[in-house]
Amino acid sequence: MNAPNRLVLFTLAIVLTLAGCATPRPAPTLYEQFGAEPGLAALVDDLLERFADDPRVGVKFANTNIPRFRRLFIEHLCQIMDGPCTYTGDRLEEAHRGLSIDEGTFNAVVEHLIDAMDAQRIPTRAQNRLIAKLAAMRKDVIYK
Amino acid sequence: MTTPISLLRTVALLAACVSVMPDVALADRGRLLATGGATQLEGAAGGGLVPWAVLSGYATRDGYGATAYATRVEVDDYALDSGGVAFTARNRIEVSIARQRFHLGTLGDALGMPGATISQDIVGAKLRLAGDAIYTPWPQLSLGVQHKKNRDFGVPSAVGARDDHGTDVYLAATKVFLGGAGGYNLLVNGTLRSTEANQLGILGFGGDRGGRRVVGEASVAVLVDPSLAFGVEYRQKPDHLAFAREDAFRDVFVAWFPNKHLAAVAAWADLGSVATLDDQRGWYLSLQASL
Repeated sequence: MNAPNRLVLFTLAIVLTLAGCATPRPAPTLYEQFGAEPGLAALVDDLLERFADDPRVGVKFANTNIPRFRRLFIEHLCQIMDGPCTYTGDRLEEAHRGLSIDEGTFNAVVEHLIDAMDAQRIPTRAQNRLIAKLAAMRKDVIYK
Repeated sequence: MTTPISLLRTVALLAACVSVMPDVALADRGRLLATGGATQLEGAAGGGLVPWAVLSGYATRDGYGATAYATRVEVDDYALDSGGVAFTARNRIEVSIARQRFHLGTLGDALGMPGATISQDIVGAKLRLAGDAIYTPWPQLSLGVQHKKNRDFGVPSAVGARDDHGTDVYLAATKVFLGGAGGYNLLVNGTLRSTEANQLGILGFGGDRGGRRVVGEASVAVLVDPSLAFGVEYRQKPDHLAFAREDAFRDVFVAWFPNKHLAAVAAWADLGSVATLDDQRGWYLSLQASL
C-alpha cells in the first residue's frame, strides 16, 4: 500500500476511534467537569468581566440587574449541565425579548465563553459539550 | 520544477492588503473562527479539493466579507498554482474568481515544450439554500456553479477534449457535530458535482469517452481546538479522455486558523494518474487572507 493511502487510513482510524470511545468509563458529569457550584461561579464572574469589556455585548446589559443575572445564569448553566439546580428565571425567549441580539453578538458571546473556559482550564471536550447544549438554544436568543 | 516564489509573492500581497485595511466598515467578522473554511482549488470556500456549503469569510446575515487565497500543489511530475478572491454578501451568496496555472513539468519536456503551462479562469457563485453548519440540527446546504474557461486549449484539444469551457454545478452539505468525535468537534461535508471537466478543466471539457457526469466528493475533519483541524478529503473525477486515465484526488490535511484574518492549509495529496503519468503525489500548501 502506498504512503498516502496509509495516511488516509491512519487518519480515518484516529477519527473513528475518537468517535467510538466517547465514554470508555463512567465519566464525570459535565457539572463536575466544570468544578460544580464554585467552578460555575468563577466561570460566570470571568465571563461577566469579558462582557463588560466588550461594548457590543456590554450594551445589551444596560438595563440588567447584574447580581440577579449572575445568579440566574449560574442556575441555568447548572441545570443544563444536569447539576442539582432548577432554573427559576424567565424562558430564554422572554429573557432576550427586545434586546435585538444579532448573530454576530451571539457569536461574540460564544467567543468570550470559550476564552473564559480556557482561562478556567476547562478541558476542550467538556467545553464542546456545553457549547453543543447552548448552540441548540440560539434560536430562542437571536433577533428577538 | 518551478519554485513557489509566485505563491509567496501573492501571499505577501494578500497580507499587505489585509494589513492596510483591517477595519473596512463593510467587513463583518461575526461568524465563529474557521466557519469560512479555507479556499479550495477552484476558488470556493471549502477544504483543499472540495467546495463546502460554508461561504467564504466571516460575514453573518448582517454584513459582507471578502477573502483572497493562493495555493500551490507540487507533485512528482507537475505543479499547480491557483489564486483568486471571493466576496460574500450576508452569508447568503459567495462570488469568486480564480486562475489556475498548471505546469506541465516532465510531460512538457517529453512533448518538446519545456516550461509549458496551461491556464484556466474560473468564475464561481455559491448560494446558501438553508441551514447553518453549526447551529441548525440539519446541515448547511448550498448550491454552487463554477464556470471555467481554458486559456491554453492546444494540448487539451490535441488529446481529445471537446470544449475549451464548461460549467460545473454542485450541491454541498456541511455539518459540524459539536463534540461529535469523542468530544472534539467533527466536520463532515458531502458534495455532488455535475461536471464535464477533465482534470479540473486543465485538460478541457468532455472527450472521446463522454461528456457530463455526476461525481461525489467528501471531507471529514476533526477540530482538536477551535483553530486547528486535521482531516481527509476525497474527490471523484470523470474519466472522459481515452489517451490517459483520470483518477480521484485525495488528501490528508492540517488546517490552522490563527485568527479571522488568516488560514493556512498544508496537505499531502495523491492526484493519481495525470495525463499518462501515474502516482502523482506531493504536497499542497494554501494560504487564505480574510478582511
